[in-house]
Amino acid sequence: MEYKDYYATLGVAKTASEDEIKKAYRKLVRKYHPDVSKEADADARTKELNEAYGVLGDAEKRAAYDSLGSGQYRAGQEFHPPPDWGAGFGGGSAEDFFADLFAHVGGQRGQRQGFRMRGEDIHAVLEIGLHDAYNGAQRDISLDRQRTLKVNIPKGVTAGQQLRLSGQGQPGMNGAEAGDLYLEIAFQADDRYRAEGRDVYEKVPIPPWLAALGGEREVSTPSGRVTVTVPPNSQGGRKLRLKGRGIPAANSSGAAGDLYLILEIFAPPADTPERRALYEQMQREIGG
Amino acid sequence: MPKEEIVEGVPLEHQALTLDELARACAVEPEWVVHHVQRGILVGREGVSIETLQFTSVDLGRARRLAQLERDFDADEDLAALVVDLCDEVRRLKSRLRAAGMA
Repeated sequence: MEYKDYYATLGVAKTASEDEIKKAYRKLVRKYHPDVSKEADADARTKELNEAYGVLGDAEKRAAYDSLGSGQYRAGQEFHPPPDWGAGFGGGSAEDFFADLFAHVGGQRGQRQGFRMRGEDIHAVLEIGLHDAYNGAQRDISLDRQRTLKVNIPKGVTAGQQLRLSGQGQPGMNGAEAGDLYLEIAFQADDRYRAEGRDVYEKVPIPPWLAALGGEREVSTPSGRVTVTVPPNSQGGRKLRLKGRGIPAANSSGAAGDLYLILEIFAPPADTPERRALYEQMQREIGG
Repeated sequence: MPKEEIVEGVPLEHQALTLDELARACAVEPEWVVHHVQRGILVGREGVSIETLQFTSVDLGRARRLAQLERDFDADEDLAALVVDLCDEVRRLKSRLRAAGMA
């Protein structure tokens, strides 16, 4: 495993005071906050900052971290914890060391004194496709090198919804129950679809003559192909509502969302003499 | 060989959190949750009393962000609530810009 230099992540010296660490974290986490940052790697940087501050911002975890690094490692260098590290701060394999700094350092006191301590909850974001929300899905999640979960995602989930997996968080101490795992649902970015709650918006490109004259158009939607009637004299941006074809209800008492087809008028290229003549005729007779 | 288990993800809308469970999931004391509900910063589903309130996905996401802002920035609770509201609005507007092909 690679050594993670948390001091370098926060841009502070190893001798930095608590106050200096806190100030550095606040400054950087504001800079890389995903909601305001223009940096391409804002999400990843924020995660690194939170991980570093999670350790260096806690006196006990920082002491554990310092006792292992001792200034001999650089970021990215192959890392081998000293043989006795587990005696003081948690124990376990070298691969688990950084994870254990979060999970077990605080609980070690309880273990020594024989207290039962429930395991910590784990929170993560799970990205799925919109089709998974329509149909339900199964996803593999690796929690650590020893454990992989196949998670059944029920149909009808929406962005921001939290799935609870009871007992799949950190293990408890001295026989206490494990924590829970919470997965926050997020939809993968999609050029064609956008979801707001259970309502889904889909872009549907149509040619100018269909917009002007009206007619039928077959559309591929997340719940299958449908034929819709485009009203005559439709303009770009017009919404056609298909009731109940949004994200399905999660249970029998709920209601499905609606699907809104947003018409986008595209002009085929005037790349042949015949097409060009047609466009010129339109220009002469319709103008504009 | 890693051990593989199949588990069901249960939406909090089907199995809401109690006050204690929400507090644990946010690494705060239950009193913190009660205080924020009483101030109107957190809502929760109606219960017989504040101790029997139930909390779903929106509450968990909001409570975690509030707790982190208050903890990391020593933020005033009203200011933290304002930041969370503004971040939600930014996300909503960014989503609309993306949908309009402008972002």
